[in-house]
Amino acid sequence: MSPVIKKPKKKFHIPSKYVLMIVSALCVLLLVLTYSFPFATSPFRNVSSYLIVPFQNGISAVGDWMIDKRDYIARIKDLQAENEELKTELSDLKSENTELQQNKYELSRLRKLYTLDAQYQDYDKTGARIIAKDSGNWYHSFLINKGETDGLAVDMNVIADDGLVGRVTAIGPHWARVISIINDDSNVSAQVLSTSDNMIVSGSLSDYANGVIDYSKLTDNADQVTVGDKVVTSNISDKYLPGILIGYISSINKDANNLTKSGQLTPAVDFEHLDTVLVILEVKETISDGDTSSGSSDK
Amino acid sequence: MRKFRALLIIALMIIVSFILQTSLFRFLNIGGISPNLMIIVTVSLSIVYGDKKGTVIGFICGLLCDIFFSDYLGFYALVYCFTGYLSGKFERIIFPDSLKLPIAAIAGSDLLYGFFCYVFRFVINGKFFFGSFILHYVLPEILYTTLIALIIYPLIIWIYKRFMRPIRESEKNFAKRKSTL
Repeated sequence: MSPVIKKPKKKFHIPSKYVLMIVSALCVLLLVLTYSFPFATSPFRNVSSYLIVPFQNGISAVGDWMIDKRDYIARIKDLQAENEELKTELSDLKSENTELQQNKYELSRLRKLYTLDAQYQDYDKTGARIIAKDSGNWYHSFLINKGETDGLAVDMNVIADDGLVGRVTAIGPHWARVISIINDDSNVSAQVLSTSDNMIVSGSLSDYANGVIDYSKLTDNADQVTVGDKVVTSNISDKYLPGILIGYISSINKDANNLTKSGQLTPAVDFEHLDTVLVILEVKETISDGDTSSGSSDK
Repeated sequence: MRKFRALLIIALMIIVSFILQTSLFRFLNIGGISPNLMIIVTVSLSIVYGDKKGTVIGFICGLLCDIFFSDYLGFYALVYCFTGYLSGKFERIIFPDSLKLPIAAIAGSDLLYGFFCYVFRFVINGKFFFGSFILHYVLPEILYTTLIALIIYPLIIWIYKRFMRPIRESEKNFAKRKSTL
């Protein structure tokens, strides 16, 4: 190029490393901001939920429908055989049911007597469909298609197949994020149903590949807990309602301190094939210390 | 006009891949592992647009993941914007039409992404299971992502060439000089 021809006027350029620095500083700022003010995330969530959630809803509905149809064709034979079986079972159950119904009346009468009914009362539940799963492969959280407008709130418990799935951790107008108990950083205070011994159930990514999750800090001095015992959420948990089934103990090891035990349990819920869940419309009441409590406990 | 259209298409690509990743690949997962479309989009766009724009594109991709799936905004945004920056460095080295190097870059970025997440999500919590983590989660994800990238990367490049490529400076200058002469 000859030196006479002037270069066209130079545009103002920021070197790319400064762009990177600015953007990462922005990220760190966001992290700090949302860490110290959890409510700061809600405007982002509201905007994006109107943009994204309807599509996730749609695609999930189509996917569910397709899987439904596939199963439908595959299972039609099985169902016929099953139907016969069930018919005979039904007649048995009918007779059993009448008997149980009588027992139930008696039971409820007795419960009223003991004013225990509040604790064991059926919780108010609402069904929800899973519309999206976490974008990473190693976090077990997902979105459901109900939110604030359906009466959900943060920290509500989520169940499926009669077992505990997790709890709501974030919420938008028409969606909620559920973190499951098998997520690597979730811990649940639990107890063995038969002996009422307390323990901590924690999700574990490395063990979940084997279909189990971990528990620890089980105090069982009398050696009464055995493999196969039911584990339910405990009364002292501050996020989970008491008495929800978590799973069954599959192995017990004595800890090195000789006081507590740890091991693994098989969750009652099949987390691989979840598509609908039930949300319990009740938040565990906790004593909030002053006015510093997060927005979860006061609705 | 062309610039605006390019912006619109980028935004659309990011949103569509996020939606597909979180909803469609729930059904198309293999053994619980689904591919990482966001990495594919970030890396492919960074390769054609360079490190500066790659950083911003990565930031937006990450922020989208953050908004829905993490408690504090910014973690994924950080990881993705570094991914965009690093793969944007290949802009001058990789010829986007070839397939081998971009796919390798995507696989490498996915590995880096897995490593980042491992360090900042698990090591910080005092959990060490590097071997099984790599074997059971990261490697399958890379494999699946690479397979999907073989389809999606050419698609993105095609869209880029067809609708988004800016008219080059040299082409403009050439036209200008021709008219002055």
